[in-house]
Amino acid sequence: MDYYSPTSIADAIRLLSSPGACVLAGGTDLIPQMQAGRRDPALIIDIKKIPQTRTISQHANRFSIGAAVTGAELSEHPQLHACWPGIVEAFDLIGSSQIQGRATPGGNFCNASPAADSVPAFIAANATCRIVGPQGERECPVEQIIVSPGKTCLQAGEFIVSFMLPETLPYSADAYLRMTPRTEMDIAITGAAVRLTLDKAGVCQTARVVLGAVGPTPLLAEAAAKHLPGSRLEKKTLQLFEEAVREQCRPINDKRGTIEYRTAVAAVLARRSALIAYERALARTEVQQ
Amino acid sequence: MKHHISVLINEQKHELLCNSAETLLDMLRNQLRLTGSKEGCASGDCGACSVLLDKRLVCACLVLAAETDGKQVETIEGMAGADKLHPLQQKFLEHAALQCGICTPGILIAAKALLARNPNPTATEVRYWLAGNLCRCTGYDKIIQAVLEAAAEMASVQEQA
Repeated sequence: MDYYSPTSIADAIRLLSSPGACVLAGGTDLIPQMQAGRRDPALIIDIKKIPQTRTISQHANRFSIGAAVTGAELSEHPQLHACWPGIVEAFDLIGSSQIQGRATPGGNFCNASPAADSVPAFIAANATCRIVGPQGERECPVEQIIVSPGKTCLQAGEFIVSFMLPETLPYSADAYLRMTPRTEMDIAITGAAVRLTLDKAGVCQTARVVLGAVGPTPLLAEAAAKHLPGSRLEKKTLQLFEEAVREQCRPINDKRGTIEYRTAVAAVLARRSALIAYERALARTEVQQ
Repeated sequence: MKHHISVLINEQKHELLCNSAETLLDMLRNQLRLTGSKEGCASGDCGACSVLLDKRLVCACLVLAAETDGKQVETIEGMAGADKLHPLQQKFLEHAALQCGICTPGILIAAKALLARNPNPTATEVRYWLAGNLCRCTGYDKIIQAVLEAAAEMASVQEQA
C-alpha cells in the first residue's frame, strides 16, 4: 500500500485515478476497516493537505465547510454554532472527544451509514456539496450522496471538497436529536433532523424533516414535513405529523432496535426536534423585532 | 513505500522512516519505544492510545504515522517535569485513580486536553469528555475526583503566579 498527501485538488484527482485508490480524511472509519481486513486500498490519498478541504468560510450569510474539517473544529466555530445549531449538535454526537479530533463531515457522508448522525442535519439544511473528479467539478444536493448502505453516488476518482449551506434566514432554525442505548459512544437507533422557517408571526412557512437509521439511507420525510407549514406546531398538528413520520419509516430489526421500537422513537424524536427548531426560530424572530 | 517524516515528539525532533500502513501508535511503540501509549482495541473505541496531535486529542491507533510529518505529538512520556509529576499524575496517585494502569496514560492525556480548553470543568463535563476512555477497574469515580482536584490545584497555582 502507498500513501500520498497531495496539496492541490488537481494532484489529488490525478492520484485517485490509480486502481485501488482510496480517500483518507479523518480515518475514523477507514483505518479500523483496514485493520479488520475489510478494506485493502492499494493507495491512500490523504486530502487533508488540500486547503479547500480544511476551511470553514462565511460569505454574506452562507457557510462553506471543508469536507475534511474535524468535528472539534465545527464545535469551536461560534458563528456556525449560532446559525446552524442542528448541524453542530448532530456532528458533536459522533464518537468520543478523540474521535471528534479527527472525524469529518466528508467521511460521515462517504462511510454512508444509514445511522450517520450529521447526514440528516446536512440534508435538513438543504446543503449541497462540491464534488471534483476526472470529469471536472459538479455541485450535488447532499441527499443524493448516499444511495445505499456503504454506497455513495461518487464516481471513480471523485471526492467531496466541501459542503455549502444555504443563506441563513432570519426566522429559521434547525435541530437534531438521536436515540442511543447509552448516552455516549454509541450508534443511533434513530435520529431526526428538522429545519423550519417561520414568518414574523411565528407561523411555520417551510419544513424539512430527515430521519436517520429508519431506512437504508437517511430519509427525507417530505410527506410528514407537509403537515407543519401553516401551523404553530400545535398539539393536533404534531399528532398528524407524528403519524406521518411513522408511516414513512422503513427500519430493519437488528441488535440496536426492533422495527416497532425504531418507528415509535422516530416519531417522538421528530416531534421533539421540530419543537426545538421552532423555539430556536421563534427566539430569532423575537431578536429581530 | 517508505516515508521519511520529521515529527516533533514531546518537544524533541525525530527524523523517521515509516511504512504507509504504519499507525502513529505503532511508530511510537515499536520505533521509538515510547510504550506509555497502549494498544487496547486498535479501533478508536478505548482511548488507551490517546495522544495530542498538534494539541488536538486523538487516538494514535487511528492516525497513520505518515500523516504526522511536520506535526507535533505529545505523549504520556512528555507529561511529567524533570523532577516533578504533573498535577494530574499526582492526583491520580493520591486518589488511587488507577488499578491495573493500562488505561491511565490515555486518561491522563485526555484529561490534560480537557483542562487546556476548560480549566474548571464540572464532574459531568469530565465524565462526558472522558467517555472515550474505557477503564475496567476503577468504576471511574476516583478518576473523576482526581481530575477535578487537579483542576482546582492547577487553578490555584495559576492564581498565585
